[in-house]
Amino acid sequence: MESIIERINNGKFWQFHGGVHPPEQKWLSNDKPIRPLELPELLVLPLQQHIGSAAKLSVDVGDYVLKGQPLTYSHMPMAVPVHAPTSGTIEKIERATIPHPSAMQEPCIYLKPDGKDKWVERAVCDDFYSLSRETIIEKIANAGISGMGGAGFPTHIKVNQKPVIDFLVINAAECEPYITSDDLLMREHSPSIIDGIKILDHLLLPGHILIGIEDNKPEAIRALQKATEGYDKVRVCVLPTKYPTGGEKQLIKALTGKEVPAGVIPGQMGIVMQNVATCYAIADAVINDTPLIKRVVTVTGQSLEKPQNVWALLGTPVEFLLSQCGYKEAENSMLVMGGPMMGFTLPSPKIPIIKTSNCVLAPSNKEIPTPSDEQECIRCGQCADVCPSHLLPQELQWSAKAKDYEQLKKLNLFDCIDCGACAFVCPSQIPLVQYYRVAKAEIRFQQVQEIKADKAKARFEARKARLEREKIAREEKHRKAAEARRAKMNANTQEASQAKSAVAAALARVKAKKGDDAQEQEQVDNTKTEQKLAVVAAVARAKAKKEAKAAQENTSSSASSPDKDRVAVARAKAKKLAKAQEADTTEVQAEDTTADNSSANDKKARVAAAVAKAKAKKKSAQSAVSSASDTTSEKAVAAKPKDANEKDDKKARIATTVAKAKAKKQSSTDIDNPAQEEITKEPVQAVSATDDKKARVAAAIAKAKAKKLAKATDVEPEVDVNESTPDNSVDDKKARIAAAIAKAKAKKQQAENK
Amino acid sequence: MTYWIASSPHNHAQSSTAALMRLVILATLPGIFAQWYFFGWGNIIHISIATITALVCEFFMLSLRKRKVKPELLDGSAILTAVLIGISLPAIAPWWVAVIGSAFAIIVVKQLYGGIGHNPFNPAMAAYVMLLVSFPLQMTSWQPPLELMQFSLGFFDTLTVILTGFTPDGFSVEQLRTHIDGYTMATPLDTVKTNLTLGMTVAESTTSPIFGEHFALGWEWINIGFLLGGIFLIYKKAIPWVTPLSFLASLFVCSFIAYAISPDSASSTMFHWLTGATMLGAFFILTDPVSSATSVKGRMVYAALAGFLVFIIREFGGYPDGVAFAVLLCNMAGPLIDQYTRPRTYGHQVEK
Repeated sequence: MESIIERINNGKFWQFHGGVHPPEQKWLSNDKPIRPLELPELLVLPLQQHIGSAAKLSVDVGDYVLKGQPLTYSHMPMAVPVHAPTSGTIEKIERATIPHPSAMQEPCIYLKPDGKDKWVERAVCDDFYSLSRETIIEKIANAGISGMGGAGFPTHIKVNQKPVIDFLVINAAECEPYITSDDLLMREHSPSIIDGIKILDHLLLPGHILIGIEDNKPEAIRALQKATEGYDKVRVCVLPTKYPTGGEKQLIKALTGKEVPAGVIPGQMGIVMQNVATCYAIADAVINDTPLIKRVVTVTGQSLEKPQNVWALLGTPVEFLLSQCGYKEAENSMLVMGGPMMGFTLPSPKIPIIKTSNCVLAPSNKEIPTPSDEQECIRCGQCADVCPSHLLPQELQWSAKAKDYEQLKKLNLFDCIDCGACAFVCPSQIPLVQYYRVAKAEIRFQQVQEIKADKAKARFEARKARLEREKIAREEKHRKAAEARRAKMNANTQEASQAKSAVAAALARVKAKKGDDAQEQEQVDNTKTEQKLAVVAAVARAKAKKEAKAAQENTSSSASSPDKDRVAVARAKAKKLAKAQEADTTEVQAEDTTADNSSANDKKARVAAAVAKAKAKKKSAQSAVSSASDTTSEKAVAAKPKDANEKDDKKARIATTVAKAKAKKQSSTDIDNPAQEEITKEPVQAVSATDDKKARVAAAIAKAKAKKLAKATDVEPEVDVNESTPDNSVDDKKARIAAAIAKAKAKKQQAENK
Repeated sequence: MTYWIASSPHNHAQSSTAALMRLVILATLPGIFAQWYFFGWGNIIHISIATITALVCEFFMLSLRKRKVKPELLDGSAILTAVLIGISLPAIAPWWVAVIGSAFAIIVVKQLYGGIGHNPFNPAMAAYVMLLVSFPLQMTSWQPPLELMQFSLGFFDTLTVILTGFTPDGFSVEQLRTHIDGYTMATPLDTVKTNLTLGMTVAESTTSPIFGEHFALGWEWINIGFLLGGIFLIYKKAIPWVTPLSFLASLFVCSFIAYAISPDSASSTMFHWLTGATMLGAFFILTDPVSSATSVKGRMVYAALAGFLVFIIREFGGYPDGVAFAVLLCNMAGPLIDQYTRPRTYGHQVEK
């Protein structure tokens, strides 16, 4: 570090890479003193004039405010308040175009000055050394001071540095062409600036204080040297004029030889930088208790008759400044806020001056012609030669045009400081900085989108996990409840049997609830059929009830009721049912008896009728079982007992009726069919395997074929007399052989089954 | 009243590609003057033919590509290419050589690759190599300096030789190339190369009258002319100083080593510097920004490689001069060199 100071003492400095020498044009405005202006008719104060967030409004429309009265209050560290630049009335608070490259609209306070310029009460502090560090920082924060060099970073945060500060760098370089506001401020108010530096010294306790100033401001250099006489810590460092010496990183490199690593703020390296105008504002705030309400603005350009520096109240519209300096409008005029290298054009002259506005440039068309058409890059490399960040602007440009954002990041696009040196020298007139700005904005936008997508994904996964947890918890709860109920039911009490139906219902509900849509749908279908069955059962029950009633009525008395016809129908139905049941039972009995009489010769027929018999047997068995229960259940229904097996019973009854009907139909068809005259088979044997059935079916088919052939042979001789009989007999033989084989097969099959 | 909205920076150095090209063309004048003085009107006639061809081809191609014709046609890049081709050709080569070369340079090497700024090869050198490979006889028909010639060669003589192959007096190109003593003459570089294959030392070769009193009669002054033009360009910051310095230093070192090892088979360093197309290559060809490397370090490597290649080709290759081949090879290597010579960005790879 000592070597750095030695080097500085010897007047030797470092060089940062690149840089350009645009025409300075400072002579336009640096020969006249700073002119105080009269009050404009209206002041427009944007709520946010710095980097960070806007402070909260503390006044309302119609309020009368005094000069220096805060209009907003800071609710968080990065919020900086705005003060009334003069006394007057708040006319309105609404959105208006603010000084920003995008010409966006933000809330602004419209202050109508009353012309009295009446101050709020102020407490002048003669000895700031007596104030505590915290008090000074609070004063700076309350005065609404943010960096006045361009970026507008809140000063109270920058001066509240924890680590040891080696260098406090005061940026007086003012490297942008045209601008002379800092130059004039230093010439006229260097003692105040030095006071501000002393306050910063008091706060930060830096090892050394370096004032970096370009050699094109000899008067300001002399003024500073005079003001710092006897202040050993301070060194006025006169640097060669080169744009952009005033860039923070470039000035640090030029003064200390150190490079600020990418992604590191200078404070972490023990370096803090403040603009000279900020130093002046700090002195004003701490010593005079004057908030930041005015600043020096260079109003310059060859469209003006009297380019000069003025003391402009914050909120003064640009058009007021222009009119004060003799503005001559022309076609295609351009208004620039800031310098020609990094300033932005204004869409309208109604835009106000804010804390960071150091210059209003109104050039003539000759001075700054409208940009000519972009030509192809010829890779001359002049841009790379002048880039102060040592980037490769031409390669960045190709990648930006190709929207290759990965490559842009690799080429360190975000180290570009937008100084415009590359576009300034480009012989092909390529607006390089514009390409980089668009690419940077696009990359930032993508990053924001990625962050959003990641957050959404995390949220979604958290929700999924929560739902899964809840589902498991619910299932566990239901399982426990079911177990408890089961235990209760197993207790075999009256209550338990009553609860059973409720349990079944609950289980059905649980089943319906869980599972996906398809399962739910299935469940819904199931319940629907259950409901249908219940309805059918209810109808059947009602009928049975009616029948029972009718029977009672019939036996007791021949009661004449309006339901007589219905009763008769019901009775008929009941009779029919009973008959059907009887028929079923007799059928079964007949089968049983005839089975005993069956001979071996009947096997063929038995095989043929196997399927039908099996069906009939099955049905008869079912009806045999259900007919018994039917009679009992009918009685039970008539007696209306609270039967726990009601449902099953009903189902069984329904099944019985359906089966009975089928059996009846079957038996009638059996009777109609003369081929199946014998229905003789042991019920047990009837329950045969499918293989057995198949074999029988095959045998039946073979038999049928044989019969058909036999018939054909019988008929054929009559039809075709010329046909020789040996052929017929051969055919006949063949058929018989086939039948015999089939029979044998069937027999064998039966034997196996037995 | 509307205000002009623009993106910063709002002021501009007011430099332009066209101005740059004009400056470079201007800087070729001393060399062209020397050529005229020692070799007559031939090259000036070729420059005119090539320029007209180049402009016609450029117009034709720009119209086909539906580009804005006026700014690109008048940016001077096509004229510069044509001038460089005209300078490179043998003074009494037939007219169609200049036409074919110029058309090839503009249509194929420049416009088909995407026009100005997109050509990977230097158009003039690519055209020269194409001509040399395709028409070796015409492209090696170098005449001796005027003072050594048997016949006088005025403007009209040259013009008719270029257009018809014969002077108005009926002398053919071959006759023109014949020395007073009756033998055909080649360039100094060619002579050295041929004589070495005949077993003669370099010192023996240099006794030939075409070497003159110093290094190479006429050629040394042409090279000095281009050197002056190049220094003017560096002074005007139109070309980077790194490229020619690196090239000449590389050639110097290579030839010095060779000369130190074997003075009989290797030419002196000054001979390398002041014969052939050394200075033209150093200040006008290698400094072509489009086909060269872009960073300072990259240009250093690029030009040093070119110097080394020129020496290798002159010393061991089949052709007497190697500037065109060396330039094309370096053009190919350019993007690769760029990739490995990116400068360190401010604040990167520094100790935190």
